[in-house]
Amino acid sequence: MPTYIALTYTADVDWTAPEQAAEMQEYREFGEAARAVIRGGAALYPTATATTVRVGGGKGGDVLTTDGPYAETKEALTGFYLLDCADLDEAVATAAKLPAAWNGAVEVRPVIPL
Amino acid sequence: MPTGDAKTADGTGAWADPAAASAAGVVRAERARILATLIRVTGSVDLAEDATQDAVVRALESWPRDGVPENPRGWLLVVARRRAVDLIRREARRAGKEAEAVSLLDPTPEPPQVVRDDLLRLVFTCCHPTLSLDAQVALALRTLGGLSIAEVARALVVPEATMAKRLTRTRQKIAKARIPYRVPTAEELPDRLVGVAATVYLIFNEGYSAGSGDDLVRVGLAEEGLRLARLLAELMPDEPTVLGLLALLLLQNSRRAARLDPDGRLLLLAEQDRSRWDRAAITAGVELVGRALRRTPHHPDRYVVQAAVAACHALAPSYDRTPWDAVISWYEVLLTVHDTPVVRLNRAAAVAERDGPAAGLALVDALDGLHDYPWWHASRAELLRRLARPTEAMAAYEQALALGTNGPQADHLRRRLAELTA
Repeated sequence: MPTYIALTYTADVDWTAPEQAAEMQEYREFGEAARAVIRGGAALYPTATATTVRVGGGKGGDVLTTDGPYAETKEALTGFYLLDCADLDEAVATAAKLPAAWNGAVEVRPVIPL
Repeated sequence: MPTGDAKTADGTGAWADPAAASAAGVVRAERARILATLIRVTGSVDLAEDATQDAVVRALESWPRDGVPENPRGWLLVVARRRAVDLIRREARRAGKEAEAVSLLDPTPEPPQVVRDDLLRLVFTCCHPTLSLDAQVALALRTLGGLSIAEVARALVVPEATMAKRLTRTRQKIAKARIPYRVPTAEELPDRLVGVAATVYLIFNEGYSAGSGDDLVRVGLAEEGLRLARLLAELMPDEPTVLGLLALLLLQNSRRAARLDPDGRLLLLAEQDRSRWDRAAITAGVELVGRALRRTPHHPDRYVVQAAVAACHALAPSYDRTPWDAVISWYEVLLTVHDTPVVRLNRAAAVAERDGPAAGLALVDALDGLHDYPWWHASRAELLRRLARPTEAMAAYEQALALGTNGPQADHLRRRLAELTA
């Protein structure tokens, strides 16, 4: 069965803040309802906590870090799920139940098995 | 790999001898079915394409010489299956694995119901909502229409390399993201059919709205759209959307010969020589509208209603005798299921014909969200002209032209503008 990643793009919120509690509860309900297909996932701290890492001059070169996410966008990557679904139709139907789908967007992509 | 063209040997659209032409016609009619079955059996669009193309090339080589076989579909399927087995074995050898391709050689012919379902699966995969509309159109033309990549590229006015890349990316998405190869369930079907119909209508309209002369390849898209609509009606004879789509295309296409004058100038409905309309297509279209309407007593279907409007025009003996009351009523029905500014604009144009240009202009001016749509400005221009307000009409024609329309349609607007300036 193929695995998909569902990347949630929403406002750059702090999921641990009390004002997110209601929405976190919605995600927990999603997690419960979609338990059969969820293989893993996580909510992410806000992009203010992100560090973007590059190595200059090729492998083994200087480690260069920048403060912040890889791309500054209106909606930020705020979490992800790994979903085991039969096909893209099932993956899309599952992603459409994530609160991020109506509060932002969900990108669904097939995962290469390694 | 063979690069033979399923439609013509040289890509010009002409076959030198009739045997070759008839062979090509049969191959073209069967190609999508063979492909559809092979995709199911092999589970790979790429492999099925290669194997089908090989069978097509062989048929085009041998049939003109030996005659078309009694069961052309069976012939093609056997050749294509053999080729698929060869390809799978070769791939397995390369990977050092044992091939499991023997079941592909099963010589039992496919029952018609299975062939029909295979083709339906292919239709719904090509028009899957997770593919961009551009990708759907290209894939439908290539896979269902059997056009070569070069033909698809020319028809959609895209460089061949770009088109090849687009098709490869699309197939890759189907394979890697696992777009399912199946017929939608009964409750999914209405939504999915709307998507399929939109793709086919777009293909038709690309051709229908193209000019003539150097746009001949694009004009061929109208025929492709009609062919696909016929195929859908054959596969799903009880679906109102499908019947409505075919009716709409037949009725619009029935006017094709009368749309342009000998100099390639666009003629409006009012100016067309109705004796040049294709009566057989009109009869078929009107009959389909009737059948489709009987199947939608409770919930009107967008395509059926649009076809009903087209039928009102097609049956009117002259422009003056167009049943405007009926046209306006159908637009009102259409607004209940498909309320868009463009539909409202069309309704306003019909009101202008029935109640006069002032009534029409009031409705047109009240429409929001069409200021970037050239035909909103063109409609205003026409009504202002009829109301003898030439300065405003000229400004509106200029705005319509500035927004860009294609050859014959822009010529028409320029002619009108020139008449006002003179």
